Amino acid sequence: MLEIAALSLRVSGVALGISALTGIPVGAFLGLSRFRGRPFLVTLVYTGMGFPPVVIGLFVYLLLSRNGPLAAIESAIIPALFTPGAMVLAQSIIAFPLVAGFTMAAVMGVDAQLHLQARALGATRWQTAVTVLAEARVGVLAAVIAGFGGIISEVGAVMLVGGNIDGRTRVLTTAIVLETRKGNFDLAIALGVILLGLTFVANWALLRLQGKEE
Amino acid sequence: MMETLYQLTNVAHAYGERQVLQIDTLDIRQGEILALVGPSGAGKSTLLRLLNFLETPTHGRIQFQNQASQPMPLHLRRRVTTVFQRPFLLNRSVSANVRYGLRLRGRRDHTHAVEKALEQVGLHEMARQPARTLSGGEAQRVALARALVIQPDVLLLDEPTANLDPQNVALIEKIITQLNQEQGTTLVLVTHNIFQARRLAQRAALLMNGRLIETAAANDFFHHPTQPQTAAFIRGDMVY
Ligand SMILES: Nc1ncnc2c1ncn2[C@@H]1O[C@H](COP(=O)(O)OP(=O)(O)OP(=O)(O)O)[C@@H](O)[C@H]1O
Ligand SMILES: [Mg+2]
Repeated sequence: MLEIAALSLRVSGVALGISALTGIPVGAFLGLSRFRGRPFLVTLVYTGMGFPPVVIGLFVYLLLSRNGPLAAIESAIIPALFTPGAMVLAQSIIAFPLVAGFTMAAVMGVDAQLHLQARALGATRWQTAVTVLAEARVGVLAAVIAGFGGIISEVGAVMLVGGNIDGRTRVLTTAIVLETRKGNFDLAIALGVILLGLTFVANWALLRLQGKEE
Repeated sequence: MMETLYQLTNVAHAYGERQVLQIDTLDIRQGEILALVGPSGAGKSTLLRLLNFLETPTHGRIQFQNQASQPMPLHLRRRVTTVFQRPFLLNRSVSANVRYGLRLRGRRDHTHAVEKALEQVGLHEMARQPARTLSGGEAQRVALARALVIQPDVLLLDEPTANLDPQNVALIEKIITQLNQEQGTTLVLVTHNIFQARRLAQRAALLMNGRLIETAAANDFFHHPTQPQTAAFIRGDMVY
């Protein structure tokens, strides 16, 4: 059971790391700049935020499956289906729009006066962007929390691309589904409590970080 | 004769369809204090934004230290800074706010400079306080300290004493005078306070509806204005 919880944390943690590293810059960029095609990209991100995870799972499944476009390429970066790597890939895609979308909103919420003030004090464009992002840090943290919430509790996509293989790709959510089906309600509930506890602790840790600022 | 620092020629600025600034010619001299007065909405803050190269004029040319390139090169842009009408502080400590401009310039030796700037504005005891807990007047003084610390050649002040009590007004005015006399800093001071303009400035300019009505030496401007609008404005009549 510990093993299952550990895998859950690992998969979602790595996926969150990837989506934060990509989503925060993309969100900041979308929030800070004006260019043709921006409204389209923004709509895309917002759509992604509400996209059913299971559909993303299906998409990753098809991508990685034997006849899929990525299967032919032998590469260390591209994970095989039914491995934790595949689950990380799916969850990263699920969390990315959440992180990017909320980051964008947070950055756009920063007073336009700040941009002027930073530049007046001698900031380059890049320094201005960093300053704005730092000013929006509470919102950016909320974006990361939203991303985490979106994937730690997610079941459809990891089930599809992970396959819920005992000792290899079984995570808390898929284990709960399995045990419930088998009628092992006590075990299912125990797993559920662990999931709840993990989510609580992770959010609490992130909020403490946020609280230091407030 | 002082050297010309800024030279504006046929500068016009519009927001959308609306023309808010139309300046045929304006020279700002090295080492002077120029007071910029005019009714609300005249374009004073807009002019300061142009002088700080924060916006590019829709027309015309702003020459600064014999350079007129757009955008202005970073090292020249960094010789100018503004204390805005509404001070915008970063959501950090007071000292982090004052340090900001130095950090942007990659300078690490800031402890002493930051302390000195805070002392100048009488806020050295508040260095560690979060900036968002400051009163309006304190925030405005932090904004000034943040500008002082980078030792600009040109300091643009947009109503720097609007939220202050008489004692602090006197403090800021003293800083302005000292800066000008000891460091040779060029200052452009936007103020609604005619008396303050008279106390501090060597030259004054009246801006109305985006146009310069009169630019003259302070003594002439306040005592023998050539334009009727200037005379009326100084008397405190509303002229539009
Ligand atoms: N970013 C902007 N977009 C559109 N209009 C603007 C913008 N900035 C300023 N304006 C307009 O330009 C005109 C001049 O504004 P500005 O802030 O320069 O006036 P001001 O002389 O500083 O007035 P005040 O004394 O009230 O501060 C105003 O009518 C204002 O509404
Ligand atoms: Mg103004």
